[in-house]
Amino acid sequence: MEKKIRILVAKPGLDGHDRGAKVVAQALRDAGMEVIYTGLHQTVDQIIHTAIQEDVDVIGLSIMSGAHLPICEKLTKKMKEMKIDDVLLAVGGVIPKRDIPLLQNIGIHGIFPGGTPFDESIRWIKENIKPRS
Amino acid sequence: MGVAKYVKNEKDEILDVILQSGIHIKPVYTQGDLEEVGFDPAKDLAYPGEYPFTRGIHPMGYRSREWTTRQYTGFGAPEETNERFKLMISHGQTGLNVAFDLPTQMGLDSDDPLAEGEVGRVGMAVDSLRDFEVAFKDIPLDRIGVGLTINAVASIMLAMFQATAEKFGFKKERVSATPQNDILKEMIGRGAWIFPVRPAVRLIGDTIEYSMKELPRTNPVSVCGYHIRESGCSPVQEIAYAIQIANTYIEEVLRRGHAVDDFVRSFTFNINVFGNLWEQTAKFRAARKLWAINLKDRYGARDNRSLLLRGIFGGGGYGMTKAQPENNIIRGAYYALAAALGGAQTTALCSFDEAYTIPTPKAALLSLRTFQILMEEMGLRDTVDPLAGSYFIETLTKQMEERIVEEMKRVDEMGGMIKAVETGYVQREVARQAYEFEKGVQKGELIKVGVNKYTEGEEMEVELHEYRLESAKQQIRRTKEVRRERDNRKVTERLKDLEHAAKTEKNVMPCLLECCKAYATVGEMTKVFKDVYGEFKEPSIF
Repeated sequence: MEKKIRILVAKPGLDGHDRGAKVVAQALRDAGMEVIYTGLHQTVDQIIHTAIQEDVDVIGLSIMSGAHLPICEKLTKKMKEMKIDDVLLAVGGVIPKRDIPLLQNIGIHGIFPGGTPFDESIRWIKENIKPRS
Repeated sequence: MGVAKYVKNEKDEILDVILQSGIHIKPVYTQGDLEEVGFDPAKDLAYPGEYPFTRGIHPMGYRSREWTTRQYTGFGAPEETNERFKLMISHGQTGLNVAFDLPTQMGLDSDDPLAEGEVGRVGMAVDSLRDFEVAFKDIPLDRIGVGLTINAVASIMLAMFQATAEKFGFKKERVSATPQNDILKEMIGRGAWIFPVRPAVRLIGDTIEYSMKELPRTNPVSVCGYHIRESGCSPVQEIAYAIQIANTYIEEVLRRGHAVDDFVRSFTFNINVFGNLWEQTAKFRAARKLWAINLKDRYGARDNRSLLLRGIFGGGGYGMTKAQPENNIIRGAYYALAAALGGAQTTALCSFDEAYTIPTPKAALLSLRTFQILMEEMGLRDTVDPLAGSYFIETLTKQMEERIVEEMKRVDEMGGMIKAVETGYVQREVARQAYEFEKGVQKGELIKVGVNKYTEGEEMEVELHEYRLESAKQQIRRTKEVRRERDNRKVTERLKDLEHAAKTEKNVMPCLLECCKAYATVGEMTKVFKDVYGEFKEPSIF
């Protein structure tokens, strides 16, 4: 049997709007993935810690406060430091179009602004998942 | 988002309409429908301003008084917020509604490492009394009511508001604040919680009890079905949960030996407006009626003023779309119409650009003009409760009422709202519905113009409110300066007093007021509570 994709759905920062995160978590689960949800108010360090503990293949961030750039920058840096930059990273939430290239520069390619169809993000994860040891 | 499921045949004729609340709409309504739901005009309607208040809380409705408009405002530094307040007042806005940034909502000072990148982003940063002194400079606080969108630290912010009013020479009996102060809905839907459920409810009890004597014009709690609806629940659940949350706060104050008639009239509600026009209008009417019945039957309230469901019917955030954002201007106008037909006493609208950012001045002004056009051009002030007696609306109001009562029973059977939140029942219910709803939109079963139908055209980019690092830095400088200049020995003493009150059953409000006056910071006061009470842990819902 094929190994299930393990994904950490994470809510970084102080923002408490978790409708999107919870909806996506249910959609990913229905798509056959194993979903771990961090709950609210997570620091970058906490997210990294959970990602390592849970040995996930993907981290999906949900950010609605507008602070996606500083948070993503911090997270990618820390992932390199902790040598887990082989984990696939995606971000969703309130993301203005003009910030997409800036996020790509930080090294984030899975960018799913609010309203993205479930199928699209699920397909992206399946296509971009890296084989991990 | 979408407002109902439509069952159609191949000729695009509608065979059935199913509202989000699960009610099926018939093609034609007659007297027979009223009879079937047991509609009794004397019992179910009466006159506006009379029990059970289905028709409104004022006998003359908007004839005697137009609704209060209260757009959500506040961002960056207190100086900018002060400018925006003055702008909105000069354009005819009659109340203020303050947005706080996330660190403030979470009880963190602007220089806390966890606040980095968030200072002033989604609202105004408030660390100490100095910030409120700047934000409310030259605002006539004896005339303009102030909504404070704050929950976990509402007790602190209410004390801060009182300290500000006193500093500017306004008598505490004259000023009117409406802190949101509804922590249960934060735990269900909006996420700005800090302390565990029970001490958090106790703090709300303290603010209500304190306001009875000290701040008689203040509405210490604004119960928000609003955010639960935003998070995914149906209009029926929105009202059922809101009333049950209010009941939790009522019981917290009754427990202290007060009579319900001595405090409950200061409660207000915050109810959402997006959705099916008819369902929304019926919802407001049913909500007013059930609140009155709830107070009378469950708590034995006798004073008519205790029975009035007052509050803000507005917002509509989840109905707004990111796609084709200008469509939101039109949606907003219809949402405001639903609020007016439902007899809203106060209103506000999410601005058309809110899917992107906090409202730009232009967008906020457009919302205000929407209300003014309705009231002054379209005839919404002409007569009270214009839809009363309609076969359809009265049937629907009765049906909504029945379903709300059923949902309230479910919560009662669980042991009340505290239990329902601690165990995650409501959160699970809301998340499940949000998912079902989203699937409906993605499958095209629920129509949303510009999202899953009529999607042609380029998606436009709206003018964004810039995050200004310089304002954040200035805010941090001011707070550091406050900490240097204040009498730190006095601050330590005041915080010790607060700790003592928090550990005992003593009301914390007088201690908070003294802390604020001594320029203790929001972060310092919150830390006292965290040390005594600990922090809320979310129940696992998946």
